[in-house]
Amino acid sequence: MRALNFWIANLSSPALVEIRDLNFSYDKRPVLQGINMTFHKGQVIAIMGSSGCGKTTMLRHIGGALKPTKGYVKVDGQVMHELNQAGLYKMRRKMGMLFQFGALFTDMSVYDNVAFQMREHTDLPEEIIHDLVLMKLHAVGLRGTQNLMPSELSGGMARRVALARTVALDPMLIMYDEPFAGLDPISLTVVGDLIRRLNDALGATSVVVTHDVQESLKIVDYVYFMANGVIVAEGSPDEIRASDKAFVRQFVHGEMDGPVPFHYPGGDYRQDLNLRA
Amino acid sequence: MTIANTIRGVGHRTVNAVWRIGLATRFFLQILRFSDTSFRRFRLIKKELFSTGVMSLIIIVVAGLFVGMVLGLQGYETLKRYGSESALGVMVALGLVRELGPVVAALLFASRAGSAMTAEIGLMKATEQISAMEMMAVNPIARIVAPRFWAGVISMPLLAALFSAMGIFGGYFVGVVQIGVDEGSFWSQMQAAVDFKHDIMNGVLKSFVFGTVVTVIALFEGYDAPPTAEGVSGATTRTVVTSSLAILMLDFVLTAMMFGGA
Repeated sequence: MRALNFWIANLSSPALVEIRDLNFSYDKRPVLQGINMTFHKGQVIAIMGSSGCGKTTMLRHIGGALKPTKGYVKVDGQVMHELNQAGLYKMRRKMGMLFQFGALFTDMSVYDNVAFQMREHTDLPEEIIHDLVLMKLHAVGLRGTQNLMPSELSGGMARRVALARTVALDPMLIMYDEPFAGLDPISLTVVGDLIRRLNDALGATSVVVTHDVQESLKIVDYVYFMANGVIVAEGSPDEIRASDKAFVRQFVHGEMDGPVPFHYPGGDYRQDLNLRA
Repeated sequence: MTIANTIRGVGHRTVNAVWRIGLATRFFLQILRFSDTSFRRFRLIKKELFSTGVMSLIIIVVAGLFVGMVLGLQGYETLKRYGSESALGVMVALGLVRELGPVVAALLFASRAGSAMTAEIGLMKATEQISAMEMMAVNPIARIVAPRFWAGVISMPLLAALFSAMGIFGGYFVGVVQIGVDEGSFWSQMQAAVDFKHDIMNGVLKSFVFGTVVTVIALFEGYDAPPTAEGVSGATTRTVVTSSLAILMLDFVLTAMMFGGA
């Protein structure tokens, strides 16, 4: 059913994010090579791959934090790297990003964290902000924590408060950087469920960068698999589960060895141990 | 080979130092450019004034008192040799207002408030709070850095003034109350010898310069710190070392300019 909705969405809704021939290098070391992706409105997209494959770099390009070496990322019709600071900030007001460990402001209470963007970007009276903050916290099930400081929250709770802060201004595009990292099974399900429900309720588009295969396949519409800076596989969750590509199989089933080797490249083992042949 | 390596090392360090001075200058100009938010929303500066200024009060008051007491003791011992004990008030006041007040207060400020600023901003960077702010379309220089800068610039002269006042009180306590120097001479000679423009305002100007330099160094080191535990601890150490050296070097330059030809 979700796959059907996905294809209908592809046909009916315009692309919110277009990534074309994206290349990026750090000090001549290629990180992204010829990436092409399209995210339509209303979709939840997962970008998966092992650590260091370029997923977070991809997200930083979408947010306009990095300039590509070649190619472009277009969000809502605007090429991100061509925007000046004012244009970039204007675009970012329509975006939200959940960082890996929440990145809550540690000198502010939960309430002030969620109210932060409303106070910075709107002229709303404090009474309205109060109601909006409580509604956002209620949506993530943490209305009762409004007076707590971030240091008083568990990892899962901090992630949910950060999620409430991310959607404070009802963004059109929500980015998630490893939202499931370090969570217990209950928090994992809660956060996964919230990502899907908030996306559908806000009519937004969500991009989830993750290596948690099982949890993300439950909530996303489409998956891109990345390895060594290129897309090695893509498809709906069902297509990914049924894929016979070695990399996808290794990743989905958590196999120890495969296209992603167990050993980091090194010299001759016997030589390193000073053993004679 | 060793000589070549040494020359290469010195060259590398020199280029690196010049590079960092350039980056810090650009950072300072950015702070000035994005300071309008701080003044439009003065409560941001007020909040930082509390953590930068008010929280430094105890160390400044206690240190000022003891420095003044030592000055009173040492000054009395020296002046007694020339039969000029009555000039103790002048010596204590001029020493504090012109020199020790601004310099020692700035050194204490660098160790307490400066290191705290660096560690706080460095940790905000390491925990992605600064990146989060940028992604929320809020300029971190305007929202985090500029209010702290102005709080440092405002609080430094006030702390130096308090340091000097407490020092004079310490000198008075030791000289007049404990040793028995004439109270009238102590205060009247001080009043006659200390010039408001030449002594007090120059001291205030010094502490304003020290406040600016220490705060810029502390904020730059925090903002530029590698986002790791080691990076933040290194940046905090650099703040204290660089600030202390900058204070002492600038003190010589400013003293030479203000009092050198007098």
